[in-house]
Amino acid sequence: MAELLMPSLGSDMTAGTLVLWRVAPGQDVRRGDIVAEVDTDKGVIEIEVFVSGRVERLLTREGEKVPVGTPLALIVEVGDGAGTEPPPPLAGPPPPVLPAPAASLHTPLAGAPARLRISPSARRLARELGVDPSRVPGTGPGGAITREDVKLAATAALSPHPETLDTRARMRQAIARAMARSNQEIPHYYVSHSMSFGAALAFLERTNAERPPAERLVYGALLIRAVALALHDFPELNAKWENDALAPSPHVNVGVAISLREGGLVIPAIADADQLSLDATMARLRELVERARRGQLRSSELSTGTVTLTSLGERGVESVAGVIYPPQTALVGFGTPAPRPWVVDDQVVPRPVLHMTLAGDHRASDGHRGALFLAKLEKLLSEPAKL
Amino acid sequence: MPRMSYREAIRAALRQALAADPRVFLMGEDVGRYGGAYAVSKGLLEEFGPERVRDTPLSESGFLGTGIGAALGGMRPIVEIMTVNFSLLALDQVVNNAATLRHMSGGQLSVPLVVRMATGGGRQLAAQHSHSLEGWYAHIPGIKVLTPATPQDARDMLPAALADPDPVFIFEHQLLYASEGEVDLEQPPARMGQALVRRRGSDVTLVAHGGSLPKALEAASELERAGIDAEVVDLRTLRPLDTETLCASVSRTHRAVLVDEGWKTGSFSAELAAILAERVFYELDAPIARVCSAEVPMPYAKHLEDAALPQAPAIVRAAKELLGRG
Repeated sequence: MAELLMPSLGSDMTAGTLVLWRVAPGQDVRRGDIVAEVDTDKGVIEIEVFVSGRVERLLTREGEKVPVGTPLALIVEVGDGAGTEPPPPLAGPPPPVLPAPAASLHTPLAGAPARLRISPSARRLARELGVDPSRVPGTGPGGAITREDVKLAATAALSPHPETLDTRARMRQAIARAMARSNQEIPHYYVSHSMSFGAALAFLERTNAERPPAERLVYGALLIRAVALALHDFPELNAKWENDALAPSPHVNVGVAISLREGGLVIPAIADADQLSLDATMARLRELVERARRGQLRSSELSTGTVTLTSLGERGVESVAGVIYPPQTALVGFGTPAPRPWVVDDQVVPRPVLHMTLAGDHRASDGHRGALFLAKLEKLLSEPAKL
Repeated sequence: MPRMSYREAIRAALRQALAADPRVFLMGEDVGRYGGAYAVSKGLLEEFGPERVRDTPLSESGFLGTGIGAALGGMRPIVEIMTVNFSLLALDQVVNNAATLRHMSGGQLSVPLVVRMATGGGRQLAAQHSHSLEGWYAHIPGIKVLTPATPQDARDMLPAALADPDPVFIFEHQLLYASEGEVDLEQPPARMGQALVRRRGSDVTLVAHGGSLPKALEAASELERAGIDAEVVDLRTLRPLDTETLCASVSRTHRAVLVDEGWKTGSFSAELAAILAERVFYELDAPIARVCSAEVPMPYAKHLEDAALPQAPAIVRAAKELLGRG
């Protein structure tokens, strides 16, 4: 079934008057046929049909003025087979409405199309949490899906139980939903920057030389600290975008993307990472990675992140331009620090170079702020002893 | 703070108003010698004399019109109408004169009139004395509609009404006159257009006004025993209406049961439901439920009258249904 729409015949046209139908219901039409005449500010214009088939019904009466985009007629396309469907109730006199018995509040209206029974609030929440409502069992009035049902489904989708295959598939689904939603809804922008990582690596080498292996720092801890501290000046990157508005977070909870050996990834958050010392950050990171790989993360750790950090450093890639985890507004990706030619005082010298890329939600912030954020990151990472 | 009945609280407010302002006077059917059909003005004739407390003929249109004239002339009349059913005889004076004169005179005329009347059923007074028509009055721009549900509000709303430069209608539910509570007679006048959350809760909002408030609170206690945490919003004034408090509460609980003693069709609860659908549609986790009076003239027989009025068990049932526990 195809709809013939009131076309826009110029960018300033908002509505047109259907002057004349040249076809009647039941009539066959071929692509390119003139089917109607429409009066616009620019005069009467003939309207073509863009599919071949049979006119199922006319939805707009002659003399009626309708906005651009309004369906004028339904056309059953050749080979469509949709003609057997009852016509959708779009036009004509409405069916008589009988006074409904009181119980009908919670039972589907007879004759209504099979539409998902979900409350408006639950529907919105499902979208926010990336939950597919058609898979959520409803416990509300008449089996309607409620907010509580959606929350339950979201928690179930996020808690990893790596011992079952089924769970892995579920995790994949959860990632798929969140990422698809992110790329559909969040207008990402990316800014990248490279810096010499020599000072940081030297600091780690010095510090670790005096420590037993269990207490040694990895550079990921430096990155977490630097991101957490840099965010103090950039509340729009440590926030949620919800209901068309920016809601900066009072806490800096740095979500760390951890890939799992059996596939998939989780993003547990280090809560209040801006308040922790470097050693405490390292301890938390070590613990999180261990528990993540054993599948023992807590749901609070999985739901409280306010920003995400991903570092594919060990995999040897140069840079990562990531997908923001909704409803967060930023993701910082780090590549592998690797020796590269670097210019110091007009001389090309080898230096370990770190690439960092900010993926920002353009609704929440602009590239200019993103660039300033990366500059701040560089400054912090250049003075690792202060982290 | 003294403990007193709703009736005594209104009487105390009337006494304060009569004593404070020589322009204030009370008139209506049987308000003087008889002390008022609901005994609200008992003793006031003796205390303030026949100039200030005036019995009128049985002519609602006549004495309400007299009240409008007195208000136009600079007095502060308080007109008591025996019941909202009788006020219909004076509806022309309300809609065509009291509510319009400021508008039609380009702001030159002011009608600082206060009208008090009994509303609601529950006392076996049958179909000509028992209806809840305050929702009809709330339809009229140009007047204000107050529905005190507690003795304190009954006391505080009268001075607020007297201080207002426009006509204010106060609806006193029959069943509330005997209810008791602590009343601070030194409270400032009530603020119009301010609803109050009478009970905090997180699962469902019960919205009520006037005589329905005690029933909503009773239902909330019953729901608590079933593990359901109900919030109760007392609208207090229907016009102006505090939509902010209403919408904020429903945004917290995501469910609303509207209790209204008016007939369901075209009731004030219908207006509330429309406001919720317009303002907080995406906060709703269940359909809006309404508990209203049965669409019949109020029966005289006790068991039929009880069945026709919104009662706590019906509110409980409606709330449970919204939570999927019906």
